[in-house]
Amino acid sequence: MTTLTTPTPVTRRRVARTLTYLSLVGASIVVLLPLLVVLLTSLKTERQMADDSGALTLPDSFLNFENYATAFRDGEMLVAFGNTAFILFFAVSGTVLIGSMAAYAIDRFTFRFRKLVVALFLVATLVPGVTTQVATFQIVDSFGMFDTLWAPIALYMGTDIVSIYIFLQFVRSIPISLDESARLDGANAFTIYRKIIFPLLKPAIATVVIVKGITVYNDFYIPFLYMPSDDLGVISTSLFRFKGPFGAHWETISAGAVLVILPTLIVFLALQRFIYNGFTRGATK
Amino acid sequence: MPHTRTTAPSHATEKAARPSTAAPPPPTPRRAPRKVRLWRKLTPWLFLAAPLALLIAFTYAPVANMLAYSFTDWDGVSPELKYTGADNYIEIFTRPELFQVFFVSGYYLAASAVQIAAALYFATILSFNVRFRNLFKGLLFFPYLINGVAIGFVFLYFFQDGGTLDSVLALFGHESDRAWLGTSTSANISLAGVSVWRYMGLNFVLFLGAIQSIPGELYEAAELDGANRWHQFRYIIAPGIRPVLSLSVILSISGSLSVFEIPYIMTGGATGTETFVIQTVKLAFQFNKTGLASAAAVVLLLIILAVTWLQRRLVPDDRVDLV
Repeated sequence: MTTLTTPTPVTRRRVARTLTYLSLVGASIVVLLPLLVVLLTSLKTERQMADDSGALTLPDSFLNFENYATAFRDGEMLVAFGNTAFILFFAVSGTVLIGSMAAYAIDRFTFRFRKLVVALFLVATLVPGVTTQVATFQIVDSFGMFDTLWAPIALYMGTDIVSIYIFLQFVRSIPISLDESARLDGANAFTIYRKIIFPLLKPAIATVVIVKGITVYNDFYIPFLYMPSDDLGVISTSLFRFKGPFGAHWETISAGAVLVILPTLIVFLALQRFIYNGFTRGATK
Repeated sequence: MPHTRTTAPSHATEKAARPSTAAPPPPTPRRAPRKVRLWRKLTPWLFLAAPLALLIAFTYAPVANMLAYSFTDWDGVSPELKYTGADNYIEIFTRPELFQVFFVSGYYLAASAVQIAAALYFATILSFNVRFRNLFKGLLFFPYLINGVAIGFVFLYFFQDGGTLDSVLALFGHESDRAWLGTSTSANISLAGVSVWRYMGLNFVLFLGAIQSIPGELYEAAELDGANRWHQFRYIIAPGIRPVLSLSVILSISGSLSVFEIPYIMTGGATGTETFVIQTVKLAFQFNKTGLASAAAVVLLLIILAVTWLQRRLVPDDRVDLV
């Protein structure tokens, strides 16, 4: 480009480039180092940990999966993954159904109190969930859902207004003429929703499934508050319980953490592009 | 947002209902239309029943109850409760140890500033041509997707005596023997650092998306006019992403006020790291002071609403649709 005469702009540009890459590499180290050390720790034996050789030393064997077995077995991770999967399935499909139905009704019908309904959903975005948790707890309790898997499912379904917005945007982009021609063929509102709107919402559904799925998988607060029973642990709460029995056994705790992070990493690598888009859409509504 | 289009669908719904209600012939020619009309009126509500029920049960009812509880001395269990007027509110603002938790938010607020600045920097450089761009993008974003409890443990080990941080410092010849989570200041700074590590990626990806929606010709034109990178940032990127930037500011303020997970997992709120939400959870579920906890929550809600309102006044939403 501008490499003609004087060396100064070139060198300056080169310095700028180097600094750019340095900062990127620096940031990558900051991100990776804590994670890599935990991975290393998870492969160390109890004896090696006791020798106090420092956090950065390599494990004696990279194939020592003993800690993973312990974490998986004694940490009851199988139950945790089962419960998480159960909640994920119902909460995510509920969110998709509810969000798309609400968006369809709001966008395609004129009815009395329509403005009020829209306003209700709008204002609700302003109320952060954490502030109302004490009162929400009483309501969940009064439904008899406390300490059941249904408490988090109902809460995840009921408090996700962002997904309604995502669906609303997409429903709006579906031409009304499609609805109308279906009506001429004798379809009623439910058939139209089921056969035309819902299938056309696929990209929005993908977005909601990803964003919601990650949120539900990682959530700690709600299961911690609403499901204290031991056999109702999800991955967050089960991992949290490692603090007690495994105390200072960092090799086991690290293995547990890696077990929890691994599925996220796999999903992330597989769905990268969708995940970025999902979060951009989810956050900016 | 959904204020447009009010006309088109109405006549369409009329038609829809007709075939489904098989009107019995002559004798009652008038009842059928009424039934049809009722059905037509009902249809949208059938779609909205579940979402509205959930919305009211888990958002509006709690807010209303919370307001009511906040004026009582209820313990959350017993059937008896007394109205105590504004006592709870007075208690919050007069007992310094209850109000103190807001100062902890200061650390997280400062951290948010760092976080937004870093996100802005990385989003800007990664929106130009850089080698391994996707790799860096993925690396910077990934922490946001990690489970909070796992992050808590990763960083407990990081700040552990002889843990990751100490070992790294030892590499550089700095023998440190301090407990990073031992004093209030260093513990809060450490925890706020973890929150930057965790959430920077989200801001980064939002900014990146916004920057990429700015038409490329603008940069070319600017370059022809002799603008350097800083000028491009100052006059093209910054104004172009303003809506997302102001959204991030809002999210980080309300986020700083409602920090829970990381400090709860890592320190349990010890050594002066208790945040507002940890305190509220403890008040309500350990000390059974539902009334007081509700009042605290109302205060938090009002602060967040005020901040949102203020931001809307200061930075009016321009219509730019970035996605």
